[in-house]
Amino acid sequence: MGVGIEVTNLNAWYGTNHTLQDINLNIPANHATALIGPSGCGKSTFVRCLNRMHETNPIARVTGTVRIGDLDIYEGAKPVEIRRRVGMVFQRPNPFPTMSIYDNVAAGLKLNGYSNRRVLDEIVEKSLKNSALWDEVKDDLKKKSGASLSGGQQQRLCIARALAVDPEVLLMDEPASALDPVSTSKIEDLIFQLKTQYTIVIVTHNMQQAARVAEKTGFFLNGRMVEFDSTHKIFTNPSDKRTEDYITGRFG
Amino acid sequence: MRTMTDHAATGLAVLSTLLVVAPLVAIFVYLIYKGASSLNLAFFTELPKPEGEAGGGMANGIVGSGVLLGVASCIGIPIGIGGGIFLAEFGRGTKLANAIRFTADVLNGVPSIVMGVAAYALIVKPQNHIIPFSGHFSAFSGGVALGIMMIPTVCRTTEEMLLMVPHAVREAALALGVPNWRSVLSITVKTASPGIITGCMLAFARVAGETAPLIFTALGNQFWSASLDRPIAALPLQIYIYALSPYDDLHRLAWGGALVLIVLIVFAVSLVRYVASRGVLKGAS
Repeated sequence: MGVGIEVTNLNAWYGTNHTLQDINLNIPANHATALIGPSGCGKSTFVRCLNRMHETNPIARVTGTVRIGDLDIYEGAKPVEIRRRVGMVFQRPNPFPTMSIYDNVAAGLKLNGYSNRRVLDEIVEKSLKNSALWDEVKDDLKKKSGASLSGGQQQRLCIARALAVDPEVLLMDEPASALDPVSTSKIEDLIFQLKTQYTIVIVTHNMQQAARVAEKTGFFLNGRMVEFDSTHKIFTNPSDKRTEDYITGRFG
Repeated sequence: MRTMTDHAATGLAVLSTLLVVAPLVAIFVYLIYKGASSLNLAFFTELPKPEGEAGGGMANGIVGSGVLLGVASCIGIPIGIGGGIFLAEFGRGTKLANAIRFTADVLNGVPSIVMGVAAYALIVKPQNHIIPFSGHFSAFSGGVALGIMMIPTVCRTTEEMLLMVPHAVREAALALGVPNWRSVLSITVKTASPGIITGCMLAFARVAGETAPLIFTALGNQFWSASLDRPIAALPLQIYIYALSPYDDLHRLAWGGALVLIVLIVFAVSLVRYVASRGVLKGAS
């Protein structure tokens, strides 16, 4: 089951560049929350702070509190433990090129020392079914490389890989921006199903996509969160002038 | 006009390719022409005959080269790969890494005879209990000299190949909650492994033909020996000695030895590539 995320006074830097400034927000459990905003507004940095991927860059720095469920992720928890609870899907599909489809999905478990074949088989099947890829790949799970799939299939493979470690939260950083419309709609259908079991945070450039999949939407601009509300309210009656300008296409 | 330019460019490319391949083919053809006639069963099974007697073979040299290259690979490949992983993954940007990279590049340019002298001074000359097999000429000292020569090539190729692994692949592993060291060993190194293997093979092929580092270390041996503790025969050494001798018979053996050396290197490199490629799946780039 998904858990809620509580962000208090979050600030982030790349070197001297203050990319996130005083972010406060509550992301509800078992819903999809969309983050929109122009390029460079900090939305990708924000999701990378939720699984402590931001700090893998040596010049990056973070302050503030992020609580995922009852866990304060910047106090008393190791980054690797948090990343197992908070899965991530990236903008460009990034399957492990030397691994088979099966090994790609099982990678998170295998690399953390899981080796029970029967359990692995079950988890791989379940994860691929959850990511709506099972029927397309079930015949050559171990024969084909993850890199031999099409772009859309690769992205669903990456979703299966993230689901296999059984996270509570799934972060998606523009998961469909490198995909064609058909693959995009498959990913969106998937988000609809997945949000019953996971808390989903999706960064997107595509405002229609945010409107289609998310209950809540946050608008980011220049490292600040301008507005956070129900998706319906953001797109029909935003309280901030800048949000309105952005969604009506006056800039960005 | 456009097609003419195209043809001219293609022609130039073909010409350059021929120029690159020509010396290799020429050497190979000449070796076969000169050396094939001295190859027979005795060449691969018998010891060299005393000077002046006809016949004999280079069996001990073939075995000796195998032992020396085995020792060299055991030293050069693990240290080289380990160093390359450090340079690319753990020490990036540190002073230590820059120092290692600089040392490796300098080591790469050190003449092979100097490596021989160094191994002589470190292992052959001193006699003590700290350095294994020290105090006399030995297969071990020759293997060490060759092994040290392999390190810079293996190290720098490993580094280059690791740096070519896309950042996205590393991030994917980290985002799954895989510890960094595990991600480096199981994902990054594995993804780069075809290139790393090529680097090791290059280093192997390069030292397989080295003579100079063996002169003061492995020394050469007229008899059977596969012991690390004693002087050992080696194909390049034997070729060198025979080619300098005044006997036609030995000259022929030297040509045969040169041919066998090249064929063995090609064989070893192809074998490793074949074995390594069997693990790779269809569609993997």
